[in-house]
Amino acid sequence: MNKVWAIIKKDIVTELRTKELFSSMLVFALLVIVIFNFAFGFSVDLLDLAAPAMLWISFIFAGVLGLSRSFALEKEGNAIIGMLLTPTDRSLIYAGKMISNTIFVFIVGLITVLMFILFFNYGLTTLVPLIPVIFLGSVGFVSVGTLFSAMAINTKLREVLLPILLFPIIIPVIVSAVKLSEQVLDGNSLFAASFSLKLLVSFDIIFLTACTVVFEYVIDES
Amino acid sequence: MRRILFILAFIGIIASVYAAFIYAPTEPQMGHIQRIFYFHMGTVWVATIAFIIVFIASIIYLWKGGRKWDILAYCSAELGVLFLTLTIITGSVWAKPIWGTWWTWDPQLTTTFILWILYIVYLVLRASAGNDTKKAKYAAVFAIIAFIDLPLVYISVRVMRGISPVVFGPGGGGIAPEMMNALLINMAACTLLFIILLLERIDLERMKDAVAKLKLSEN
Repeated sequence: MNKVWAIIKKDIVTELRTKELFSSMLVFALLVIVIFNFAFGFSVDLLDLAAPAMLWISFIFAGVLGLSRSFALEKEGNAIIGMLLTPTDRSLIYAGKMISNTIFVFIVGLITVLMFILFFNYGLTTLVPLIPVIFLGSVGFVSVGTLFSAMAINTKLREVLLPILLFPIIIPVIVSAVKLSEQVLDGNSLFAASFSLKLLVSFDIIFLTACTVVFEYVIDES
Repeated sequence: MRRILFILAFIGIIASVYAAFIYAPTEPQMGHIQRIFYFHMGTVWVATIAFIIVFIASIIYLWKGGRKWDILAYCSAELGVLFLTLTIITGSVWAKPIWGTWWTWDPQLTTTFILWILYIVYLVLRASAGNDTKKAKYAAVFAIIAFIDLPLVYISVRVMRGISPVVFGPGGGGIAPEMMNALLINMAACTLLFIILLLERIDLERMKDAVAKLKLSEN
């Protein structure tokens, strides 16, 4: 557990010093919302229908941006080799990277939602039930994303490959998260879409397990 | 051995064309267009087998290593994409006169489409990872993750359309025995064709390896 914590701490310290990941993700997420706003032409009816999808698209795009940097940073100073040389189980490295990525993506998600609520005049009370949705969504998205980020960085296409790999896989996350947000923004409780909730939780569990198992094949001697 | 398979497949293809166009009775409601269904089912059957092979071969490759498993997974994925493309095309040709549209976003179609995309991504990843055997592991990892993901995609697409998860209705009710026979013949022929193509493709990949080795030894 100490080892996992060490990796998380390292990532957070790096991020606090540079602030490059965080700021770029956040600005990007907000820009996507602004662009959508223009694309829909300020029509209120349309905006209401599209709001959950808009939220998650901006969120996922920003998340991919952050994830692709996650292992690029390790690669730059060959820090990854140092990390692999330490007597640490590979799955612990995965856990550490995964948790720190989740923290970043989750915080960006929270701020995006807050902005979103302010921009489009939803009640502030909708924020509270949205928090678990964002958390579960981030976990599902980052669990697979961390694995693929480690993979993509070693291929010829590099960062370009990450969204191509990631998007088709995380369709269940997007669908269920959008369904859940739709309910929340309509003013219903989360359990109005309990099936989506179950789907999201099972996705998280399945892929956390699967990615922990296969991570060692991705990271070895790269 | 290969020759016998080849002859069998040749006979099988001819028999399947005969079975689909002449032997099977015309479907009363859909008419002749229904005959494309035999090829449709044949190709989708083969694509399913191909992707299961990719999944199993990938697991064995990660577990035990060995270039042959990697080659098997790669070649099978390529053929799977080919056959699934044929499935989608024949399906569209059938759907146009029957449903009045080339494509609908019905759960089964959407899942098939995502399946198709997933394995195209697999091929892109292969191409991008290069010939490095270390990186062949990436493709195997992706194949495993993609395969696990499929049931969830299917469920989620159903959720999206607001359809409660009931998988298949009672099928095969009023199908004439001749139709069933034609279907089976087609599936068998497609399977034979797949096996031959797979063997040839594996040979090709082995030859590529051999050439690469020769080039290395010459330098």
